[in-house]
Amino acid sequence: MSKNINNTIILRNKPSVIGYASVVGKHEKEGPIGDEFDCFDKDPRFGEDSFEKAESRMQKIAVETALKKANINETDIDLVFAGDLLNQCIGSTFGIRNMQIPFIGVYGACSTMALSLGLAAIFVDSGLSEKTVAVTSSHFCSAERQYRFPLEYGAIRPQTAQRTVTGAGATVIGTEANRPFINSVTFGKIVDLGVKDSNNMGAAMAPSAAETIKDFFNNTDTVAEDYDIIYTGDLGYIGTNILYDLLLKENIDIRCRHNDCGLKIYDRNRQDVHSGGSGCGCSATVLNSYIMHRLEDKTLKNILFISTGALLSPTSVLQGESIPGISHLINIKCN
Amino acid sequence: MQINNKEYSEIVELRSVKSPKTRDFVLSFVIGGLICVVGELLLKIFERLNISPDIIAMLVPSTLIFISAVLTGLKLYEKIAKYAGAGTLVPITGFANAVVSPAIEFKNEGHVLGIGAKIFTIAGPVILFGTVSSVIYGIVYYIIKVGL
Repeated sequence: MSKNINNTIILRNKPSVIGYASVVGKHEKEGPIGDEFDCFDKDPRFGEDSFEKAESRMQKIAVETALKKANINETDIDLVFAGDLLNQCIGSTFGIRNMQIPFIGVYGACSTMALSLGLAAIFVDSGLSEKTVAVTSSHFCSAERQYRFPLEYGAIRPQTAQRTVTGAGATVIGTEANRPFINSVTFGKIVDLGVKDSNNMGAAMAPSAAETIKDFFNNTDTVAEDYDIIYTGDLGYIGTNILYDLLLKENIDIRCRHNDCGLKIYDRNRQDVHSGGSGCGCSATVLNSYIMHRLEDKTLKNILFISTGALLSPTSVLQGESIPGISHLINIKCN
Repeated sequence: MQINNKEYSEIVELRSVKSPKTRDFVLSFVIGGLICVVGELLLKIFERLNISPDIIAMLVPSTLIFISAVLTGLKLYEKIAKYAGAGTLVPITGFANAVVSPAIEFKNEGHVLGIGAKIFTIAGPVILFGTVSSVIYGIVYYIIKVGL
């Protein structure tokens, strides 16, 4: 029987990863882990006539590729959990609309990959579903036009800014043995320490990541060294350093095991990304390529994956609100 | 977390990488200055062509606006602005960029409710407050002149 220790849900039935796929754009393909991704298109519109449609197309390709790799059809899937950053989550709804799969849209800003994956795993673990899919996406161009300025507008970005990843990642959850499995899910609390600078998302999200990690270690009575690697979603260079500061104050040191998907996907020295990558697609694509490959070949056997989200909207920023952060943690293991 | 907002803002301040201000200032000064030099060159060329000063006063800015609009369309203006900052923002070319870029961006939403409604999203405040301040200036000028 699965059980809940505070906010950590231990899944006893080992819901496993039976398929996964990642789709990225040109900038991500040129990054240090470019060879790990399944599909890419150098055209930022992915053959469509708008960036929003391109994002939906990426989600569709990600799900289709993941199903193909799992050797199953759409009709075998009981539920899909999908999310993105666009208003009303149109990246997901329009991406999944022609698939005959019951759909649950979720929003957790950039934390959506861990959120959807956690929910997908819990549904399979409970026996309510046999197979589920978690998919999320983000697109540099659609995010820029929604949250910031038009692409052609000339401006200097501050050093604390991050680049939204163009990409989508999908994970298929089932019950096959001898596959990487979801051992536990920790849904985080919303943490807001008053950061108002929407060009410093790493700083806005770091406290929630610290809180979730601390909760998880307390709930499971483990330490960083018990895991092969700890991946946060998109804290970037600045957020990562702040996370270390916050955790050290709590006597938790994760530096020997930690990495950040936002630092993994781009080369900060070579690519013009300032503090690193961000967006739902950042943790989604790194998880469903680089990390999954290493779980499959058993280079990694026990990992923590923490997607980090900044729960702001263009309206809340204009109204002078601070930026609440949210982080969800997934513990993935393989035998 | 055993930390309050004030303590946290100190950590954020300490960890946040600062913009290279000296480089930004120098680049914006040089590139902004170069745009003005282009304006001067245009002025001299038009003078050589024996165009009347009234027409030249209109022709120089409109040529700069045209060049800026074309560069924006070719996605080159943003590349220059990434280094120039205020150097490309302050001259009239920056204003053209602020109008043309949303026009390109919102084409997908249609000609009327896309381009039409969004074209002044960035330049709108400049136009509004520019007009308001010119009215105030006019009133002050009138009072002083009549008063004298």
